[in-house]
Amino acid sequence: MFQIAEFTPWSALAGGMLIGLAALLLLVFNGRVAGISGILNMAMQRPQGDTAWRWLFLLGLLLGAGGWVWLAGLSFELREGFPLWLLAVAGFLVGIGTRMGGGCTSGHGVCGISRLSQRSIVATGVFMLVAVITTYVVRHIAGVGV
Amino acid sequence: MKREILALIAGVLFGLGLAVSQMINPNKVLGFLDIAGAWDPSLALVMGGALAVAAIGTLIMRGSDRPLFDVRYYVPERRDLDARLIGGATLFGIGWGIGGYCPGPGLAAMTIGWWEPFVFVVALIAGSLSWKLIGERD
Repeated sequence: MFQIAEFTPWSALAGGMLIGLAALLLLVFNGRVAGISGILNMAMQRPQGDTAWRWLFLLGLLLGAGGWVWLAGLSFELREGFPLWLLAVAGFLVGIGTRMGGGCTSGHGVCGISRLSQRSIVATGVFMLVAVITTYVVRHIAGVGV
Repeated sequence: MKREILALIAGVLFGLGLAVSQMINPNKVLGFLDIAGAWDPSLALVMGGALAVAAIGTLIMRGSDRPLFDVRYYVPERRDLDARLIGGATLFGIGWGIGGYCPGPGLAAMTIGWWEPFVFVVALIAGSLSWKLIGERD
């Protein structure tokens, strides 16, 4: 039973290219990697060093996403009944994992792979595979969120 | 000042990209990760589109001595694979696979004004700070 549903190729490609453009600009102009977890972690660093650009990048992230939702409206239904505690566990693991592994989907998955970084290619392969297995367990064995 | 403005613009484009591609919808992300369900390949195209454009940035970097607004590139140079990289990627994968949120979409989705991304982001920051306090002591 292999079925494809909800596939939105054009908006996915367009959105992806916007993300890539953001990464390109940040690298070519500022020499920085557009890794969200790294930018967030360094923005929270004390004492504050050269972090104004990081806070402005994060502000821009909210403005861009919020602006689109405000203009175009929400194109999907909010899921209901996902356990709060499980979401907190998920966030906690993502927080530990991204600091420990030095990156997330953007830092390793987009920026790192675009530089053909060996560490990023391996990290992305690992978190993709683990995420696929985890989703299977959560949805089809534990029966949560389906 | 121009570096800060550029960062703001890049952030807006990034957030726009996450919203346009619907990556702020955790079920869209899980639709990709759930290969046993009604599979949605969209996330692959998001990554592919992002990579194709970001790679142009890499080529420009390789052909220049320094970025336009700064004196040097701040790009990780490490090449070795270590247990922290693999362990971190594994924990991240578990968290991502549970909730369907990674850091960018989690932050961006807060603008919807929905409780889920707020819980995710607070827990994300707690996890990150606790690893900084406990895990990086040695």
